[in-house]
Amino acid sequence: MSDKPKVALYWCASCGGCEEAVVDLAERILEVAAAVDIVFWPVALDFKRKDLEALPDGALLAGFVNGAVRTSEQEDMARLIRRKSRVLVAFGACSQLGGVPGLANLWSREEVFRTVYRDAPSTVNPEGVIPEVRCRDNGHEVTLPSFFDTVLALDQVVDVDYYVPGCAPTAAITWSAIQTLLSGELPPKGSVLAPDHALCEQCPRRDSRPVDLEVAEFKRPHQVVIDEVTCLLAQGIPCMGPATRAGCEALCLAGNMPCSGCFGPTSRVRDQGGKMLSALASITAGSDESAIDRALDSLPDPVGTFYRYGLPGSLLRRQARERAGKGGA
Amino acid sequence: MSETTRTSTGLENGGWEPRVVCFFCNWCTYLAADLAGTSRMKYPANARVIRLMCSGRVDPQFVLDAFARGADGVLLGGCHPGDCHYQSGNTKALRRFQLLRRVLAGLGIDERRIRLEWISASEADKLRRVMTEMIDEVRALGPFRGGAAELRRSSPASPDAAPAAASARAEEVATP
Repeated sequence: MSDKPKVALYWCASCGGCEEAVVDLAERILEVAAAVDIVFWPVALDFKRKDLEALPDGALLAGFVNGAVRTSEQEDMARLIRRKSRVLVAFGACSQLGGVPGLANLWSREEVFRTVYRDAPSTVNPEGVIPEVRCRDNGHEVTLPSFFDTVLALDQVVDVDYYVPGCAPTAAITWSAIQTLLSGELPPKGSVLAPDHALCEQCPRRDSRPVDLEVAEFKRPHQVVIDEVTCLLAQGIPCMGPATRAGCEALCLAGNMPCSGCFGPTSRVRDQGGKMLSALASITAGSDESAIDRALDSLPDPVGTFYRYGLPGSLLRRQARERAGKGGA
Repeated sequence: MSETTRTSTGLENGGWEPRVVCFFCNWCTYLAADLAGTSRMKYPANARVIRLMCSGRVDPQFVLDAFARGADGVLLGGCHPGDCHYQSGNTKALRRFQLLRRVLAGLGIDERRIRLEWISASEADKLRRVMTEMIDEVRALGPFRGGAAELRRSSPASPDAAPAAASARAEEVATP
């Protein structure tokens, strides 16, 4: 093997979109391959865990881990890659903040299992089998990784050096992150490798946002014909732009869809959902309780809207267990 | 609000006392609290009052952070409608409060743990009543079993390595 720096790529609880994002580098992937040796990438290359284990600790320049952590196996792999890497990069929204899988934190593991293995219309499971860590089959003991009750972001499991945001990170963001790491001039630990201002600043519709805005009824994208040049908030469509980090070049806006917040918050914001809630409430019409409530009734899923990519990384991290006798004293 | 504070309130021995974080505006509700003090009125010692210039300054993140750090309830206080020192800060506060209440409900938090009241500078009596009511209500609800606070509490031993992961595993053992 050559003297080129070594990197590993791995996926935990994710959809595979982040792997796709690497491939989206297109011909530039050849430049990456010329600069580094990819020694572990289960999606694309046939190296095994033991190959990674055989390397000395700290042998890798960088480990890129995408996906949230929700099983014991994912936790083990995160720890292994952390040990082998000098720089660990949380790649993509799930790894950075918990991502869409993190919405499972609105339920318990038992509720997730019940829905997936019993109640979902597409589930056929007459024997009611649910995953168990250990069971016996034909006289053999078989095991599965355990499934956590709470989905975790990568930095809730291991120390993380850098974050590449996005669902999935765009090719431009990915490429600039790789160049930053290869340059040797590393930004402060904990940096998110993307611009540190709100998406609105990058938005081509920015100038069409009125100074004073009041929305009496929020609209969902399928309910209206969306004007292609006007600020979506001005059209009453909840757009996460004000509370979301820039760097995607407003791709969703270019597709005439609202920002859903995948780049996470800027460095000055601790809780993206809380910040967006604040921004949206401020432009809600009404000055008495019932008028405000009427306007807010047009927002059907506030938690899912404000925390679509970041519930595990938010201040409260998961649903409280005080409902219906689950908690209590 | 460290774990030490939590333990010193006697959570384990049944002598638990709720902690209610209060965000009061400088011009009305905080003055009412002042008046209550100078008038020698008594209210339960469970309130932790934080003064802000305006109820419109209450970023929902403050409330989320209070719950995340183990508060059992949050009380917001501002000027009566029409009386805001900054004209419309309390209207903004009301809008945020109503949306925040929906979000907190979605996150499984009992709605009685958060309350917004308009209390003018002269209403020391109302302040005492509201505080007492709220603290009694929260006491009846019991300790807040919140997301992050709960996750941290279940793994007090781990210094920094992976408290969350440790607790996720702890749950693993606890639930067959």
